[in-house]
Amino acid sequence: MEGNGALAEQFDDLAQQHEAASLGMWVFLVTEILFFGGLFAGYTVYRAAYSEAFREASHHLDLLLGSINTAVLITSSLTMALAVHNAQEGRRRALVVFLLLTMIVGAVFLGIKVTEYTHKYEQDLVPGIRFAYGGPHPGQVQLFLIFYFIMTSLHALHLTIGIGLLGVLAFLAWRGHFSADYYAPVETSGLYWHFIDIVWIFLFPLLYLIGTH
Amino acid sequence: MSPTIAIPREHYLNVSYGVKSWLFTTDHKRIALLYLTTITLLFFVGGAAAVLMRLELMTPQGDLVQSETYNKLFTIHGVIMIFFFLIPSIPAVLGNFLIPIMIGARDLAFPRLNLASWYLFTLGSIFAIVVSVMGGVDTGWTFYTPYSSTYTNSYVVPTIVGIFVAGFSTILTGLNFIVTIHTMRAPGLTWFRLPLFVWAHYATSMIIILGTPVIAITLSLVALERLFGVGIFDPALGGDPILFQHLFWFYSHPAVYIMVLPAMGVVSELITAFSRKRIFGYSFMAFSLIAIAVIGFFVWGHHMFVSGQSVYASMIFSFLSMVVAIPSAVKVFNWTATLYKGSVSYQSPMLYALGFIGLFTIGGLTGLFLASLGIDIHVTDTYFVIAHFHYIMVGGSVMGYLGGIHYWFPKITGRMYPEGWAKFSALIIFAGFNLTFFPQFLLGYLGMPRRYHFYPEEFQVLNVMSSAGASILGLGYVVPLIYLIWAMRYAAPAGPNPWGATGLEWQTSSPPPTHNFEETPVVTQEVYAYGMPEEDLKDGR
Repeated sequence: MEGNGALAEQFDDLAQQHEAASLGMWVFLVTEILFFGGLFAGYTVYRAAYSEAFREASHHLDLLLGSINTAVLITSSLTMALAVHNAQEGRRRALVVFLLLTMIVGAVFLGIKVTEYTHKYEQDLVPGIRFAYGGPHPGQVQLFLIFYFIMTSLHALHLTIGIGLLGVLAFLAWRGHFSADYYAPVETSGLYWHFIDIVWIFLFPLLYLIGTH
Repeated sequence: MSPTIAIPREHYLNVSYGVKSWLFTTDHKRIALLYLTTITLLFFVGGAAAVLMRLELMTPQGDLVQSETYNKLFTIHGVIMIFFFLIPSIPAVLGNFLIPIMIGARDLAFPRLNLASWYLFTLGSIFAIVVSVMGGVDTGWTFYTPYSSTYTNSYVVPTIVGIFVAGFSTILTGLNFIVTIHTMRAPGLTWFRLPLFVWAHYATSMIIILGTPVIAITLSLVALERLFGVGIFDPALGGDPILFQHLFWFYSHPAVYIMVLPAMGVVSELITAFSRKRIFGYSFMAFSLIAIAVIGFFVWGHHMFVSGQSVYASMIFSFLSMVVAIPSAVKVFNWTATLYKGSVSYQSPMLYALGFIGLFTIGGLTGLFLASLGIDIHVTDTYFVIAHFHYIMVGGSVMGYLGGIHYWFPKITGRMYPEGWAKFSALIIFAGFNLTFFPQFLLGYLGMPRRYHFYPEEFQVLNVMSSAGASILGLGYVVPLIYLIWAMRYAAPAGPNPWGATGLEWQTSSPPPTHNFEETPVVTQEVYAYGMPEEDLKDGR
């Protein structure tokens, strides 16, 4: 966790430090799983209770933009994996390039998400802010959309933090902070980034695809 | 044995001075003391609310405060005592101080994260205190919907923000402990040579990591529901208030084990040290901690027997609640077996440990009453429940905490507190506690409901007993505050190992140097090597 490739004083060697950093991130991700898990549990309960309304509400999401975003996010996982690989190999330039690419692709995802949110606002489908729904089950459709907004915005918040994190890493990498011996921050940030992607892999079918079959 | 015992010339307390050297420290020992200061303050704030409640309940009429005020008092008492005192108490103070020393490390794995935890905790507690001053919150610490989300006009959202922030501080502490215990043990210190105190904190950290994020997101949903007027748990919009209760208790039942497992760790250390004997059934003690942590996640429904949960779910939760009593009972039996034929001495930490065993047993057994479907329906939301969980949380956790504070006080400060005063306060805390809470079992059984500030006249005698006990208990908490503060500065030096105890923390000086050990210790034997000839006594008094 200490800068300049240096060993933090509480550790005996870099291997121990690396192991601690990696385990720390895994434990943090377990916490994150439970954090999203509360929302998934709530979603599941309501979907089981109101499956018809949830299917109906799902039709109001933009399947095309959602699918494009899924592809975009998977691409960012690829560039992130390549960044970690290049960090392990100690290639400074390639590391910086792939970190920046990952940030850009992540930003594209956020841009598309904002477009979707804007459409929802124009269609009066934002619960609590601007909501008017004429079809059947308005209360339950609203419930679906509440979960849609909370889950996707929480996901987007994590992605924004991830982009900031990669920005710091790109700066440090450009300054020559990392080497083939010391790349734990890149690796642990990679774990975090892939976690965000995996959350989306669950969100996409649960929110966008339940109305399609 | 050295004829004069002195404080070492340089230790973690005198390496640097000034406010900055504390506010920017990354030394786990100093951070532990920062926590100690914060939670002691909060303990007395939460205690003040309890004092007002017990004063009100002296008479059957509601004459001291009104219903609304009383609602806010018990809410503030619950929120502060649970989220801002009991949950951080032993882990953030004693765990923070001792875990790195007990495993022979220089610090926790992430020292700056540790400091950040304290800042988050302090920020969260400022929210709690500001809310109390500005007018409070009246939902009870349970925040049941739809009252909390739709009807109340008190400060629900700021309170939730405070709990959310403090929750993250707890998560980061738990994460730090897990990583530290996994990666930073001294050479030779295998898992089954770890002190049970460390095992207890490992199990606690697992619960923190898995449970706390769920309460964080659940309370956030309540806050969003209030802020945006949307109906996540609101039946009018198809939401389900029972879902809130499920999510709430999924954390809040295991939270009881966050409070009591560390105390069990402390008691295991005290019982062996003052019995001069190895712990009975070490691996059973370690695995029972883990078993409680795991099974504890599957019993939350016993809080919802009368909430509209299906009767089959209730039967399963009832059964599992009986099951979780088994590892708890294993612990009580093994402590008792450790005492058997030990050379037991009754110094003040041991008095707290013995008090813990007795009170925890009563709290645990009445927990079984409450886990039984029929009895629970009779005593739900009565003082029986209040008495039960105070026996666990105050009789258990606080006794363990105070026992631990006394036992490791010479290690933390390098000085020995006045033993006579310590024994006196241990005894009056035990007496005051029982006088406060035992009558509440009777009140609850007779049907007095919780959360009311007035009651029928026939309950007055028992309520007056309870209030009298509370004043004795309050005195019992103030006395240690005074003599421990005095002893920090003026008491005689204690030496590295005043109890003649085993364990790595007693092998370094008191107070320890900043990096805990002059050189990394190498462990060659089990932790409770009592009864090995003369060896363990060589640098004691």
